[in-house]
Amino acid sequence: MKDYFRTIKMAVGYNGKPLMEQIEIGLSKGEILTLIGPNGSGKSTILKSIAGQLALLGGTILLGSSHMEEMSLSQRAQTMVVLLTERLRTEMMTCEDVVATGRYPYTGRFGILSEKDREAVAEAMKLVHVEDLKEQDFIRISDGQRQRVMLARAICQEPEILILDEPTSYLDVKYKLEFLSVLQEMKRKKKLTVIMSLHEIELAEIISDQILCIRDHRVDRMGTPAEVLTKGYIAKLFDITAGSYEETTGNVELPLPQGDPEVFVMAGGGRGRAVYRKLQREGTPFATGILFRNDLDYPTAKALAGKVIATEAFEPVSKETLQEAKDILRNCKKLICCRKSFGSFEKENEELLNWAQENGIEVEFQDIREE
Amino acid sequence: MQHNRTLRVITAFLLLVAGIILFLILNVCIGTVSIPLKDILSSIRGQEVLNARILWDIRMPRTLAALILGGALALAGYLLQTFFHNPIAGPFVLGISSGAKMMVALFMVFLMGRSIKVTSFTMILAAFLGAMICMGFVLLMARRVNQMSMLVVSGVMISYICSAITEFVVTFAEDAEIVNLHNWSRGSFSGMNWNQVRVMLVVVFLTCICIFLLAKPLSAYQMGEGYAQNMGVNVRLLRIALVVLSSVLSACIVAFAGPISFVGIAVPHLVKQLLGTTKPILMIPACFLGGGVFCLFCDLLARMVLAPTELSISTVTAIFGVPVVLWVMVRRNKEKMDA
Repeated sequence: MKDYFRTIKMAVGYNGKPLMEQIEIGLSKGEILTLIGPNGSGKSTILKSIAGQLALLGGTILLGSSHMEEMSLSQRAQTMVVLLTERLRTEMMTCEDVVATGRYPYTGRFGILSEKDREAVAEAMKLVHVEDLKEQDFIRISDGQRQRVMLARAICQEPEILILDEPTSYLDVKYKLEFLSVLQEMKRKKKLTVIMSLHEIELAEIISDQILCIRDHRVDRMGTPAEVLTKGYIAKLFDITAGSYEETTGNVELPLPQGDPEVFVMAGGGRGRAVYRKLQREGTPFATGILFRNDLDYPTAKALAGKVIATEAFEPVSKETLQEAKDILRNCKKLICCRKSFGSFEKENEELLNWAQENGIEVEFQDIREE
Repeated sequence: MQHNRTLRVITAFLLLVAGIILFLILNVCIGTVSIPLKDILSSIRGQEVLNARILWDIRMPRTLAALILGGALALAGYLLQTFFHNPIAGPFVLGISSGAKMMVALFMVFLMGRSIKVTSFTMILAAFLGAMICMGFVLLMARRVNQMSMLVVSGVMISYICSAITEFVVTFAEDAEIVNLHNWSRGSFSGMNWNQVRVMLVVVFLTCICIFLLAKPLSAYQMGEGYAQNMGVNVRLLRIALVVLSSVLSACIVAFAGPISFVGIAVPHLVKQLLGTTKPILMIPACFLGGGVFCLFCDLLARMVLAPTELSISTVTAIFGVPVVLWVMVRRNKEKMDA
């Protein structure tokens, strides 16, 4: 039952001109919804409209059974908190001061904090692990810390729904992961519902309960990550023309070198990827094989190799496949072997290597790191 | 730490109040005729003293006017800085003072030409009208340029236009009016009477109360409009209130003392450094007190440095205000480079 938060026929846009119409979103309490899509597709517009910073141009937003548009500003502030991309302007404010501004809707006429407010501030800072920054000036801390302080601020505003516009944009990978794990903690502990936009599809995939894909100002898909991120979808959604995105691994690769294969890479077990990428950087077209389709190298090989000779997983390599590999290898100047030994189900690779050496093809053994 | 900050704030306020008291006394005592403190006290008790006329009719109203208008000026500057998120905004640099001045000049010439008596209220009204017109221009510009330096430049341009019009009007005015206009248009606290002090006290006091009641939404607005709205602030209404209140204050100052430069920018920054915080609930009263001290000090200098000739108040405020503004700009730039 996705009826905790719903948008019904929501239309959004600027200056009375609808950019997107008929947006239907349904969420249960404590779910994380991520909006993905190309730049300028309208993610921020949707978020701003849900947050009430842009007036709805049609439809309605329901929280339980109450209409968001009818709530007072103060009620809204106690229900929904926004973490914007625009940087917070502060002057002479400690991190604690910044977090305390989250208590705004709860304080009286002059905004003086009560004992209860102070406790909420301390608790929020503890939850997000920023107690140590308490006395520090907000503008003197790092981007990662700043974003966490902002999250603490949002939390102590005690919202039911948190809206974040690209919260991980300025963060390095450590802080990205840390930030998302705190969000997950909030979701579990406080049943916080999160609606956010992310640039990183791989992060969207791991954290989201629901993903909403936006393309050309319309909702293209909505569903669980597994439903949405089907093969080849991301390339279509983002209209990727240079390089590729691989949904199962979240790998991004640059475009493959064009031309007939000059090098044959004997890969497998994840040892070939580094070689593939090196060749890609050099702009050398290459072929690779013989790979099982479930091999770690396979997705990268598909993205970068001009020709991939592969066989079904857990099946023996057929004669035809071996012959195909030989045919291609014959036209290559060099064979790069990334393997030290061969398993009993891939004796054909060993045979191929011997065949290359017998036929005078230059063989280069790649430095293989012991794992 | 929390404790330290409270202590600092209390110390700052004590300092400001002490400054006010000190300069109130100095401004009343010192002059071409010096009046001893003892005489002032006895005069207040109702005893006959020498120079009572100078004390009651000239020094006292002038000193009080400097206090009230100085406070108002600093507050107006603070509001405008908050409104535009621009540390060098103020009624003078944004051209609001000049707009008010222009309207007052027009009114004066027009009314005096018809020998209608000019009252304090009509002056304020005219100044308010001029202030709002210029504010409108500045707001229009602010929508088109979002660079803070450009906003100030456009303010300076507006103020040139207004000054040109004022000059034009003055050129065609009668001799008697010119003297009156000229003195006033340079900015001065001289020639205040009790009636004027009473009017400005009422206007400024009421406006200050309104501003103080806005301390909470202002604290949210300081963080940016988006966040303010999300905190439950009606941003549109607050913006309107800020424009009107700062215009009223600017108008009141111009109507009585003419345009006074740099107090509006310098004082809020000095006060901020003194307090070590930017919380509006503390900044609002502190700015008022700080502005009072600053203007009392400057007025004292204006009267004393070349006595018996008086300097225009802006000459003195500029000397002390401009370094502060420059310092703010340099520091601001440095912060940007650091970030």
